[in-house]
Amino acid sequence: MKDILKNINKAFDHRIRLGIMSALVVNEAVDFNTLKEILGVTDGNLASHIKALEKMNYITIHKQFIGRKPNTKYSANSTGIHAFKKHIEALENLIKNT
Amino acid sequence: MVEKNYLKEISEIKSIMNKSSRFISLSGLSGILAGIYALIGAAIAIYILENYKNSYSGVSLLPISYLEYLLLSIALVVLVLAILTAFVLSSKKAKKSGEKLWHATSKRLLINFAIPLFTGGVFCLVLYQNNLIGLIAPSTLIFYGLACLNASKYTLGDIRYLGIINIVLGLIATQFIGYGLYFWALGFGVFHIVYGTVLYNKYGKK
Repeated sequence: MKDILKNINKAFDHRIRLGIMSALVVNEAVDFNTLKEILGVTDGNLASHIKALEKMNYITIHKQFIGRKPNTKYSANSTGIHAFKKHIEALENLIKNT
Repeated sequence: MVEKNYLKEISEIKSIMNKSSRFISLSGLSGILAGIYALIGAAIAIYILENYKNSYSGVSLLPISYLEYLLLSIALVVLVLAILTAFVLSSKKAKKSGEKLWHATSKRLLINFAIPLFTGGVFCLVLYQNNLIGLIAPSTLIFYGLACLNASKYTLGDIRYLGIINIVLGLIATQFIGYGLYFWALGFGVFHIVYGTVLYNKYGKK
């Protein structure tokens, strides 16, 4: 059992963090408000989970201005995509073996 | 118990991936209705053309340019009705599933659909300018097919096949100039109805 669980990534062991990564791996980049809309979470909640993923160096942040408004876009980097794939594979294995 | 949780997690991942990258509220019913409008439009156009050939009927007294305007306005009415229906039904469907109609994915869908379609529109104007009227109907089918093919990456993947089949039909139509209207009725009418029915059955009214 321990062997199967070792690939389960702690960073993705939360609904919202998993959701953020799911949205980022299929899109080039997603901005904050779109993520908020897709996941249906509050600003503070989303920000803290994004920070956690940023700390793991799974996502890249692009800050820019649209007119005068700041706009922040997020994208999954190669480390993040790799980790996410591993996690999904581990999940699938868990399902198969239980 | 544990297994159920992970299964739920996987399905949630899938749903977020779809929601964030594809516009999935496309209504199947609007496809069926668009097909029906196209068939009605084609029937009226054929009726008018037949009357025109028959020199004893009233319509034939009209100058040719008036006839062109008449046919063009039929096509425009069909187009506007089809777009309106798609808009209303898709926004209804989006509302039901708690989605907004106008957001990143629907914008992306529209832009990618519009680029080949707009190109086709301009190209058809050029054909008209050079008096190559017979190639206009096949060209609209080909460019509409390309638009569907391009848009399929951003919405329900099924419209990819609608695109391919319209491209093929358009290419075949280039060899049967003069029967453009019939190919038109088949491509925009019958194929829309078939495709709309498939979508409707596959994704339901939701």
